[in-house]
Amino acid sequence: MEPDWIRGLIGGLMIGGAAALYLLGNGRIMGASGLLGGLIDGTGRANWAERAVFLTALVLVPALMVAAGLGAASQPVAGTGVLILAGLLVGFGTRLGNGCTSGHGVCGISRLSWRSIAATGVYLATGVLAVIIARMIGWA
Amino acid sequence: MTRLLIAALSGGLFGAGLLVSGMTDPAKVRGWLDIFGAWDPTLAFVLGGAVVPMFFAWRLAARRPAALTGAPMPALPPQKLDGRLIAGAALFGLGWGLAGLCPGPAIASLAIGGTPALIFMAAMVAGMALFGLWNNRQPRAALA
Repeated sequence: MEPDWIRGLIGGLMIGGAAALYLLGNGRIMGASGLLGGLIDGTGRANWAERAVFLTALVLVPALMVAAGLGAASQPVAGTGVLILAGLLVGFGTRLGNGCTSGHGVCGISRLSWRSIAATGVYLATGVLAVIIARMIGWA
Repeated sequence: MTRLLIAALSGGLFGAGLLVSGMTDPAKVRGWLDIFGAWDPTLAFVLGGAVVPMFFAWRLAARRPAALTGAPMPALPPQKLDGRLIAGAALFGLGWGLAGLCPGPAIASLAIGGTPALIFMAAMVAGMALFGLWNNRQPRAALA
């Protein structure tokens, strides 16, 4: 198998290609938290079908690839309590901050948005902090 | 119809890219954030690889009056830093580091991550719903 960084680069180009297709095809920013969040709080009601189709494909394609032996199943690194806490933080935080790794990280940085560059710097910093804290209190 | 087809292709390619790059593996993401431990630089290649096609896509988008399906290009938020952006990013990063999952890979893991993926997804959806409730109570105009 290829080294991890090559798989990372190839996968990254695919992610960027998906975002480029969504922008040039549908005129929309490919942000996972925004696509899902708009369905949860109703702000995305106007184009719900497009969001639902995108999210369904996002679930189905990795599942089919893993079933076909083209990838590994996902293994958790945290217990149930930590997963719940982390999920609440990710859900609330990405909506409050208007984006996540795909919206701010991929789509924002690539258009040199200062908001997205700042957001990415902040979530990288608190992500590093969370890993340190998790290790100190034995959650890692 | 074309819009839905493009959404399916884009969502599918996004999911495939997340799987290929290793981003659906929380241990790998944790490794990227573990700069004082066994640091794993893979995510830098993922982000670097993803930004390149989008850099050119934005340049192309700026020269086109509309997207292929005729939809307008997205309205872009004003370039202003505010407390919401910073606080939201800070909370998101904490959760990201704790579980090694951000929204894209969390959704992509739904069918390949067993019960833990479902638990994380349920909590993430609850967090988004809580934000919606909280945001509706704010005096300021809601930011979608």
